[in-house]
Amino acid sequence: MKRDPGLYDYLPYDRRPKIRWPDGAHVAFWLAPNIEFYELDPPKNPVRGSWPRPAPDVLGYSYRDYGNRAGFWRMVETFDRCGMRGSVSLNVAMCQHHPEVIEACAKRGWEFYSHGTYNTRYLFEMSEEQERALIQDSIDTIKQHTGQKLDGWLAPALTYTERTLDLITEMGLTYCCDLFHDDQPCPVKTARGRLVSVPYSLEMNDAIVFSANALSPRAYGDIIKRQFDRLYEEGAESGTVMCIPLHPYLVGQPYRIAAFEEALAYITGHDKVWRATGREIAAHFLTHDFDAFAKASEPVGAAP
Amino acid sequence: MSVPPDYLKYAHRRYGMDHDRYGWSILPRRKPVNWPGGARIALWVVPALEWFPLDMKGKPFKPPGALVTSYPDLRHYTLRDYGNRVGIFRVMEALDRSGIRASVAVNAAVAARYPSLVNACVARGWEVIGNGLDMDHLHYEGLPKHEETKLIEESLAILRRVSGQKVRGWLSPARSESFSTLDLVAAAGIDYVCDWVNDDMPYAMRTESRTIHSLPLSNDIDDYTILVQNRHSEDAYAQQVCDQFDVLYKESETQGGRVMALSLHPWVIGQPYRIGSLERALTHIMGHRDVWAATGSELLDAFAQQ
Repeated sequence: MKRDPGLYDYLPYDRRPKIRWPDGAHVAFWLAPNIEFYELDPPKNPVRGSWPRPAPDVLGYSYRDYGNRAGFWRMVETFDRCGMRGSVSLNVAMCQHHPEVIEACAKRGWEFYSHGTYNTRYLFEMSEEQERALIQDSIDTIKQHTGQKLDGWLAPALTYTERTLDLITEMGLTYCCDLFHDDQPCPVKTARGRLVSVPYSLEMNDAIVFSANALSPRAYGDIIKRQFDRLYEEGAESGTVMCIPLHPYLVGQPYRIAAFEEALAYITGHDKVWRATGREIAAHFLTHDFDAFAKASEPVGAAP
Repeated sequence: MSVPPDYLKYAHRRYGMDHDRYGWSILPRRKPVNWPGGARIALWVVPALEWFPLDMKGKPFKPPGALVTSYPDLRHYTLRDYGNRVGIFRVMEALDRSGIRASVAVNAAVAARYPSLVNACVARGWEVIGNGLDMDHLHYEGLPKHEETKLIEESLAILRRVSGQKVRGWLSPARSESFSTLDLVAAAGIDYVCDWVNDDMPYAMRTESRTIHSLPLSNDIDDYTILVQNRHSEDAYAQQVCDQFDVLYKESETQGGRVMALSLHPWVIGQPYRIGSLERALTHIMGHRDVWAATGSELLDAFAQQ
């Protein structure tokens, strides 16, 4: 095991090349709904269990299922009303299970990127061959069902091997959402090729906010606005990224959706906001900033 | 440690669900439901009367509200029992005042120990529904099937005897089921279960013997979840209940009738400093026209007729 993931050099926030987003926007704002399928009785991964309760975990399973049956459809309408597209973090087996959900996203011009096959199949301890097969499944399934080339990656249930980011880069992906070390896109050091880390944010993630930190819906709306205000202000100097990662089974609950929509409308009511997708942010950064950021970075010293 | 070769085989990767209990269905694309009298919202209130035995084992996991300290945990035992002695009567008064009849989920042990409490519920026209034997007899895979069958039959027999009702609804303790629970409760005469939180409306479930229904008892709009687990304030509790109602009420304008479920634990919400937040929320809800305060059986029957 390594002590440092070795995925990035040090680039302090106050000494960076300036990022200029399209049309002088301060913030590249993107929404990342996690559209997921959790299995009722998944096989065991050697190091990570799937459900907190023994199968069938009716409460855990049905709570997730709510997202596809009900929550998603409520969430979509809030995006529409605020003129936002989603960048879907997709468990690709959703293409087989619930193609209606995929169709609803596709017809709105949303991006699909991969969140693995199921949210109950984890990368931990996979062989390289298994991991390649899982990534290839995502590339093929998204291509076949949506016509899109797969560009982005968020590991299923945030499970990894040391090879994961090398493999997705080698297999043609251009960005990942797995690193939480920055508020701007950054180059990721991989074995070969160029991979962008696009800020995703666990702090703004409804799963962390509601399920881990147990905030109320209105408190969530409040921290979204605070997060945005500061990133908007700082973005006048150099472009920042704000992401709100979502889970339809959480934000799509009736008692949560209105407070979320109010915060979303607050953000999209500002004029210097680039309503982007993950792919668009990664592409812009790759074209304009990636090399300058890599060059400005300082090598990391050896830990004592 | 390595991942077994068949880890990337997906036996249930197909259209619809990965099991056969119910079909895949999109809430806003269903035929709109009409409630009696043109109501927009069926308000369904479900207080749970629970007994946590002093010697609880917590097998295979500790249910929400389980005892905490070493034996004898008088502290948590008595605080839970407070709900059955005091808290429920505050809940009854709050519901009476708003003209609401509840579907009360009763551990059979509560019915056996405090039959007068069940009588008080029945006298109000409340519906009694099954809630297992007690909070230390969970239903789970690994419990031998004959034991689970006995658990269900015994607890329903007690409830039916004490309440004099048919007992058509079922809430598993801690909402925990085995793969057989739905088959077993259906065979024991249960028409609807309240464990599943994947919908805002009733839907049909397949069992070995016949079709039963799932009724949408939110585990979020629940006093234990909001006040104890999430540690929100009493005002925040009332706010979330009202926000839930407001969105469902608005949706019902274009999507047909909706169910607003309110899951209560009298040992939580029945505290003097908390009961007012429930009363305020109920006043907000019942202040709307077209709200039908129904029991689970009433709303199921209205749903199933359509």
